[in-house]
Amino acid sequence: MSHVATVERPRGRRLLIAACLVWVGLLLLVPLVGIVVTTFKPGFHIVSDTLTSPDVVHALQLTAVITVITVLVTALFGVIVAWVLVRQRFWGRALMNATVDLPFALSPVTVGLAALVLFGPGGWLEPYFASRGIQIIFALPSMILVTIFICIPFTIREVVPVLEEIGLDEEDASRTLGASVWQTFFKVTLPNIRWALAYGIALTTARAIGEIGAVLIVSGLLQGKTETATLFIFRAYEERQVPAAYVVALLLAAVSVVILLVIEFLRHRQERERARA
Amino acid sequence: MSTPIVVEGLTKRFGSFQAVSDVTFTAPAGAITALLGPSGSGKSTVLRMIAGLEQPTAGRILMGDEELTVKSVQERRVGFVFQHYALFRHMTVADNVAFGLRVRKEDRAATQARVRELLELVHLEPFADRYPEQLSGGQRQRVALARALAPQPNVLLLDEPFGALDAKVRQDLRRWLDELHRELGVTSLLVTHDQEEALELANRIVVMHEGRIEQVGTPGKIYDQPATPFVAGFVGAANVLHGEVVDGHIHLGSIRIPGAAHLDEGAPAAAFVRPHDVRVSNEGDVNAVIERVASLGWLSRVTLQLPGGVTLVAHVPNDDLHGAAEGDEIQIDLRNPKAFLTAEEGRDRPVD
Repeated sequence: MSHVATVERPRGRRLLIAACLVWVGLLLLVPLVGIVVTTFKPGFHIVSDTLTSPDVVHALQLTAVITVITVLVTALFGVIVAWVLVRQRFWGRALMNATVDLPFALSPVTVGLAALVLFGPGGWLEPYFASRGIQIIFALPSMILVTIFICIPFTIREVVPVLEEIGLDEEDASRTLGASVWQTFFKVTLPNIRWALAYGIALTTARAIGEIGAVLIVSGLLQGKTETATLFIFRAYEERQVPAAYVVALLLAAVSVVILLVIEFLRHRQERERARA
Repeated sequence: MSTPIVVEGLTKRFGSFQAVSDVTFTAPAGAITALLGPSGSGKSTVLRMIAGLEQPTAGRILMGDEELTVKSVQERRVGFVFQHYALFRHMTVADNVAFGLRVRKEDRAATQARVRELLELVHLEPFADRYPEQLSGGQRQRVALARALAPQPNVLLLDEPFGALDAKVRQDLRRWLDELHRELGVTSLLVTHDQEEALELANRIVVMHEGRIEQVGTPGKIYDQPATPFVAGFVGAANVLHGEVVDGHIHLGSIRIPGAAHLDEGAPAAAFVRPHDVRVSNEGDVNAVIERVASLGWLSRVTLQLPGGVTLVAHVPNDDLHGAAEGDEIQIDLRNPKAFLTAEEGRDRPVD
C-alpha cells in the first residue's frame, strides 16, 4: 500500500509544483523582468540622468522622510497600544481592538478624503491651523498623517499575539527582583517582542514607501514640493517621461525586494523564537 | 537575614468575587510556612499580595517591624519563585541569576562572584551559558530559585514551585529544597495544594479554604487534631462516617464511635477516621466483610463493608490480615480510634 503511494505521488506532486512555478513566474517575475528590460532599453545613462534630476531627488527624499517618521510614530504607539490591549482590562477594549484594524478595511482614497474633510479648504479643523499659519493640507503634515493612519495596524497586529503568548510571569519576576517599570520594559518585555516589532516595522516601511492613494488626494500634486516617489512615477508616466518613470519604479521595486527578504528573515527568527516558547 | 512575616486581616476582592477574606497569620522567622489549600482557595493571591504583585482591598502585611503594604514591588526585597519558572528566555542562566543584582546596579565583580556562588549552591555551574530552553524542568526551577536568592531577599515566596514537575523530580527537588533551607535559614512561604509537600517541608501550615483560614498549626497538629471538617477531609485521607450523637458516642446503626461528649445529644454528626487508624483485631467490636484488597507493598488498602451498608477504607499491615482475602469476614476495632468528630448541619459534604 505505502509502496504504491510513494510511486504514485511524485507525478502529481511534480505537476503541482510545476503549476505553482508557472503561476509565480507569470505573475511576479515576468512583470519584474519587463520593468528591468524596459528601463535599460534607452541605455544605462538613463539611470544616472534620472536619479540626478532635481524632481526625482526631491521625490525620493520626501518618500524617505515620510517613511521614517511613519515608522517611528507607528512603532512607538503600536507597542503602547498593543501592551494596553493585552495587559489591561477596561471598558471599550473590544471596540478599541476592532477599531485598530479599520485602516486595513478602508480604501486609502477614503482616508485621503477624510483628511480633506478635516484639514481641507473649509474643513473642520482648517480655521484653527490657518489662523496659526500652519499649512496641513497640500503639504507634508497631511501626507505624513494619512500614511501613519494607513500603517497603524501593522505593528499592533504583530506585537499583540507575542505579548499574549509570553504572559505576565516574566514581567512579574522582573519586578520582584527589584527592577523598575522601565527596566522591566527595556530588559524583559522589549527583548521578548523584538522580532515581532521588527517584522511590524518592515511591513510598515514597505507600505509607507508604496502608498499612493491617500497621499495623492492630500498632496495637491505640487511638482517638486509635495511629490513623493510614487507620485513622481504617476506624473512622469502621464507626461510621457516613460523611461524616468521606469527607473524610479525599478528603484522602488528593488527596495521592496530587499524589505521582502528582511521580512522573510525576521519571520524565520520569530517563528524559531515562538517554537522555543 | 531572617525576618518574620505578619499578615493581618488581609482581604482581596476582584470585582464582586471575594478571593481572600480577613486572613491573619504569622510566618515565623527562618522557618518554612506552607499555605495549603485546594485551587481557588486564595492562597496564591495571599502570596502575590505579600510580594506586592496584587494590591490588597484591606489589611496589612508586615515584614519584621516594616510595613510592606505601602511599598512598591521593587522595594520589598522578596524572592519569588513561580510555578512555571518565569525565567527570562532571552538570557543565559548566568544572566538570569545576575538580573536582580544588575538592576540594583551592584558592583560588577561582586555580581559575578555572587552568580558563581549561587550556581554552585544549586549545582548548575556547568550550565551558566545555557539558555532556559536547553534545561529540564527541574533545572529551570533551580535556576529560578538561584535568581530569587541572588539579591539576598528578606523572605522567599514559593508559588507551587514543584507543580509543573513530574513525580520523581518533585520528590528530589523537595528534599533538596529542605536541605537548602536548613543551610540558608531564610523565612519562606510555600504555596501548595499538595498536603504531602506541606507536611514534609513546612514547620508551620496555614490551611486555607474559599479565601479563609481554616487552621494554623504544626504539621503534626494539623494532621492529628484538625480544627474543622474541611481540614480533616483535606489533610490526609479520611473515611467520613455519618451518624448521630447518642450518649456521647456517634451511632451508625450498631456501630458506636466514642468521643462525642462535646456534641449535642441526638444531633447529626460525622466521624473522620484515618485509614491507618482502623485496626484489625480478633477482639474487635465491629464485623466487616472484605470487599477489596489492594497491595501497597508492606501494607494493604482494604475496602470493608460494615453493617448498615457503611463502606470503610483501612490501611492494614499485611501481617495483621492473616491471609484474609476478598469475601472473608474480619473484626475491626473502632472503640478507640483517633477520630475527629464534628456536628453536621447539611449532610452532603465531600467524602474522603
